[in-house]
Amino acid sequence: MLGWVDTLLQGILLGGLYSLYATGLSVIFGIMRLVNLAHGDLIVLAAFLMLALAAIGVPVVLAVAVVVPLMFAAGYALQSVLLNRALGRNILPPLLITFGLSIIVQNGLLETFSADTRRLDVGHLQSASLPLGGGIAVGLMPLICLAAAVGVIMLLNGVFYRTALGRAFRATSDDVEIAQLMGINNKSIYAVTMGIALAVCAIAGLFLGARANFDPSIGPARLLYAFEAVIIGGLGSLWGTLAGGIVVGLAQTIGAHIDPEWQILSGHVAFLIVLVIRPRGLFPRAVD
Amino acid sequence: MRFTVVTATRTSTITALLAIPAIVLLFALPAFASRALLQELFYVFTMLALAQLWNLLAGCAGLVSVGQQAFVGVGAYALFAFTVMAGFDAVPSIVLAGVVAGMVAVPAALIVFRLRGAYFAIGTWVVAEVCRLIMAQVKQLGGGTGTSLPTDVAGSILGLDQVRDLFSVRGPAARDILAYWLALLLAVGTFILVYRLLRSRYGLALSAIGDAEAAAESAGVDVFRTKLLIYVLTAIATGMAGALIFLQKARISPDAAFSLLDWTAYVIFIVVIGGIGSMEGPIIGVLIFYLLQYYLAALGSWYLIILGGLAILLMLFAPSGVWGVISQAFDISLFPVRRRLIAPGNVAKEKESSV
Repeated sequence: MLGWVDTLLQGILLGGLYSLYATGLSVIFGIMRLVNLAHGDLIVLAAFLMLALAAIGVPVVLAVAVVVPLMFAAGYALQSVLLNRALGRNILPPLLITFGLSIIVQNGLLETFSADTRRLDVGHLQSASLPLGGGIAVGLMPLICLAAAVGVIMLLNGVFYRTALGRAFRATSDDVEIAQLMGINNKSIYAVTMGIALAVCAIAGLFLGARANFDPSIGPARLLYAFEAVIIGGLGSLWGTLAGGIVVGLAQTIGAHIDPEWQILSGHVAFLIVLVIRPRGLFPRAVD
Repeated sequence: MRFTVVTATRTSTITALLAIPAIVLLFALPAFASRALLQELFYVFTMLALAQLWNLLAGCAGLVSVGQQAFVGVGAYALFAFTVMAGFDAVPSIVLAGVVAGMVAVPAALIVFRLRGAYFAIGTWVVAEVCRLIMAQVKQLGGGTGTSLPTDVAGSILGLDQVRDLFSVRGPAARDILAYWLALLLAVGTFILVYRLLRSRYGLALSAIGDAEAAAESAGVDVFRTKLLIYVLTAIATGMAGALIFLQKARISPDAAFSLLDWTAYVIFIVVIGGIGSMEGPIIGVLIFYLLQYYLAALGSWYLIILGGLAILLMLFAPSGVWGVISQAFDISLFPVRRRLIAPGNVAKEKESSV
């Protein structure tokens, strides 16, 4: 019994990490109906950037403060230089550009950092845990990660629903032609969107590196978890994405509890089941 | 007024006539080619078949899948199951492996067809991962580490003895010749299948769906059924290709059989660089890809970075690929799938100009 309670708690906490992976993807899809196949690799890239900064003696907090704006700039540039040129009715060009980018980032990391597994050093936080009584304790780092996921979503929802910029975002998402008639430059909105998505990737990269080992090859699997969280949650709703991440996290830890070899498979199967039962996700908002 | 619908052109008739001796020559190749060349051509032919199939799926039916490795892997594992576990001969097992891949494709389609566009792409990838993880659980076929094809299976393939006697070669060389012929058969068969399909009413339905799905539906095209048919047909042929590839490799593991890079990324690269949506594109693409691999593969990860970069540049500056640029510049089509409408007065003119 105690084992199960612990499993469920771990699942929810893991879900926090997955929804951090997924938030950026959800934002990009919500505003420009685009899927970035390099999303997972960019999270891993952010983790490696922090690792490189840590290697020259920069404390983790400062490294995050450097990498988040750096990734925002990279996202802005990626969208305005590459992806904005390939926008259109045909989904193939943006899909293949991000696929090519995924291969470049993965192999670039492999060439620069080798295939060794790494971990971000976050000092005593690494092993600190919070006793909940009854023999159950949760790690402090996973808890901070879940809090960060909630914080990021609150912040983004605040921007989208309470600012003029957010209004422009929602207008572009609803109807790009009308938004353009109202004087909104959709291409610059798209560039800012990709910047935001990659800034969230940087935060996700921090927790990816601090919670578990990573190496250049693990990006695509993170993309799949993120994608599953977005679809399970329902397109266009960030709180839905959080719920979707928790569903994937729970499915994985429950699967692993039954047989360690089933961890990843159970997450995928949960996704397929949701797709069959509720094809539009648990909390749908946007119509694709 | 009576209009005539024409697909053939003079160039296409000449090409078709030239293709026949070319294929006969390729079938006769084992009589004078080296074993190494046959092995290289085996790879080219299997990649060409996979490229034609992905081109049909993504370029013509708009089903952009990044999960075709699912069917390569399922076909490969089915081949091992039929030969190792059930004791069947390898050649009929290739056909059966295709059937198994088709049977997996039906439920997979019913799930992933709920996703649209780019999300369909990642959905197919998830399906491939599920297949890989399930196959890694099959302990009889080596689980996560994989297994080798027993020598008695590899040494007693249907027709192997005849090939050995015909060319008076030893067992392994005879196996390469047989595999080469099967790969050539697969590549030619796939080409004819796709070509005929695109020139049939299904081809017309597909181009209608590509232009405007809702309009096609209202004009009487059963969009779901057409897409399902293409998806399952592609899966069957992809499964057969996977079975043949791993019969030749004689060793299987989940990571190799369900490799995204080998069976989807390279294939997409071939189609995109050659020219998506045309019959000629994959042929040109596979030749360019082979040359790139021949000269650059030693660079390791830099080779992959170059391929990724080339794909991005191509999408930005020449999204119709090498063949797209050529056919636009010279207005030629060797294997035309487009229908041209010719008004009565022009039929005579068309005939005149072709004399």
